[in-house]
Amino acid sequence: MEQQPICVLADKCVGCGLCLKVCPFGALELKDKLAVIDLNKCTLCGACEQACKKFQAIVIRKAEAPQDDLSGYRDVWVFAEQTEGHIQSIAYELLGEGRKLAGDLKMRLCAVVLGHKIPGLAQTLIQRGADRVLVVDEPELAYFQDESYAGVLIDMVRKHKPAIMLCGATTVGRSLVSRVAVAVKAGLTADCTGLAIDPESQLLLQTRPAFGGNIMATIVTPNHRPQMATVRHKVMKESTLDASRTGETWVEKVASEVLKSRTRRVNFVAEAETTMNIAEANIIVSGGRGLQAPENFSLVRELAEVLGAGVGASRAAVDAGWIPYSHQVGQTGKTVCPKIYIACGISGQIQHLAGMSSSDVIVAINKDPDAPIFKVATCGIVGDLFAVLPLLTREFKKVLKQ
Amino acid sequence: MHFVVCIKQVPDTADVKIDPKTNTLIREGVASIINPFDRYAIEEAVRLKEKLGGKVTALTMGPPQAEMALREAIAMGVDQGILVSDRAFAGSDTWATSYTLSMALKKIGDYSVILCGKQASDGDTAQVGPGIAAHLDLPQITYVRKIEGIDAHHIVAERLLEEGYESVWSPLPCLLTVVKEINEPRLPSLKGKMASKKAQIPLWKAADLNAEREKLGLDGSPTKVVRIFNPPARQGGQIFKGEPEEIVPQVVAKLRDAVIAAAV
Repeated sequence: MEQQPICVLADKCVGCGLCLKVCPFGALELKDKLAVIDLNKCTLCGACEQACKKFQAIVIRKAEAPQDDLSGYRDVWVFAEQTEGHIQSIAYELLGEGRKLAGDLKMRLCAVVLGHKIPGLAQTLIQRGADRVLVVDEPELAYFQDESYAGVLIDMVRKHKPAIMLCGATTVGRSLVSRVAVAVKAGLTADCTGLAIDPESQLLLQTRPAFGGNIMATIVTPNHRPQMATVRHKVMKESTLDASRTGETWVEKVASEVLKSRTRRVNFVAEAETTMNIAEANIIVSGGRGLQAPENFSLVRELAEVLGAGVGASRAAVDAGWIPYSHQVGQTGKTVCPKIYIACGISGQIQHLAGMSSSDVIVAINKDPDAPIFKVATCGIVGDLFAVLPLLTREFKKVLKQ
Repeated sequence: MHFVVCIKQVPDTADVKIDPKTNTLIREGVASIINPFDRYAIEEAVRLKEKLGGKVTALTMGPPQAEMALREAIAMGVDQGILVSDRAFAGSDTWATSYTLSMALKKIGDYSVILCGKQASDGDTAQVGPGIAAHLDLPQITYVRKIEGIDAHHIVAERLLEEGYESVWSPLPCLLTVVKEINEPRLPSLKGKMASKKAQIPLWKAADLNAEREKLGLDGSPTKVVRIFNPPARQGGQIFKGEPEEIVPQVVAKLRDAVIAAAV
């Protein structure tokens, strides 16, 4: 009979029920003063094993993977996303974080950039902290396509064997590295909010939210390389530019099969409406159902303009057709992490919070004092937004003029 | 043409509450639903069948109760559901999950288009769709907001980007992940509900997939969870009540420094 992946040791379990309390999946119950695990619900997350430190009554079978020799994998890589010759700011945030990780591991920090006609970018990346830059410059890479970009990255990973690879959790990044991770059999953790090196094991500790941010999980990739992680905008701090920094630039060539893409772009339309990707905004002013009508978004836009902020929206406002989907913040929209998030007429349902609860400062304006948003707001204003918003616009205009 | 939709049953986050005393999730009475993004994939697949003919299969990897999600998909117009379920899959991360689903798709064999939702609302990784495409060596188009054209051999789809959108051409078979903008999922019809009650749903276990054991479940997962914890509870902040003319200057005074720093 196959060994169960997790079991409760009946002779050690005292029926205290502590494991039930910590299980995020409701997989435990007490029967005759013994903990019983429902294997259909259990995801082997290990929360119960940790909780039962006193009695050690829960045992999770450790995976019996062969211990590969991973010492040949070196260096921290950052995929430097670029569009039409402009490096995306997320790359600088990754370099900032990558610098710390490389320092802890005593390894080099290497930026990888793909594109066509991109000679000057290596210099910028070095000035932003890369010790080395790998450049692949080919006409087939003129714009992002999943297969060609993945093909090149897979080739580079197999050739150079990085220990860690970081990538932005952008539209490009998320679909690209998922493909790379499968091909090279790497562990990939999405949307990390924390990265660190475990001093004992030297493994990359990757912390991320799950269940819409209601729980946090720390994940490692013990036996596969590279250890891959994606990180969202504004979560890590950008590296500073040091014009005096020097480093190596390697221009790599790849075989033509690697550059093949079965898909191709037949048209591209830049979005006329938004000038700013709200995921990159430092301040976001968002409108919800409380605005009552689409024309009232002007109040939100006026405040946003004064603050130089992006304009966001709740699902209710988008579903009502008041503002395009690209502005939607929340579980089925964008996840943002600005310094300041101002929620106007938004009740704060859990699906909306999932998209903005890690903002540094949350300001909420709502006439309902029991609105859930007030539980997470740094600054909650119970009042009529039609009166409050114009006043805020007026007052912040004064403040910023000084 | 054969359209296969990969779906996932997830807990309804609207029901998930935090126990204010212990700061842990309260899981009793939390309903299971089809992952919200998958509904859009199901709807799109059914529309493609209505337009081009053929059939739609919904595929899910999960515990036995995931069968309910397949029945719901059938009620929306899907022709057949397949449940991939086995204790051997327990503890799968996205690598092992996409491998397992790709083996089920290999068994199905004759797919023209594989549709997935952008991401699942519990894991939120968006990795399984592209992972399946990689395992099957298929072209992929992610974040599809509209299918502009399709025939037996090719598809042109509009893909949502941060700075706009692009139209991408791909040969078939290919894999798509879809976003909300693509359609409005229909409600189950009476005919659909009757079909869903009567439907026979095959169960495929690990042995049925000819899957390599060491690529399944916990053993097949390169990533391992080492710790689960509750995020530090956000402190409820200051609440301002009163006449707007009085409280707004107070709010602005409190936020002044943060705004000046951020507005730079």
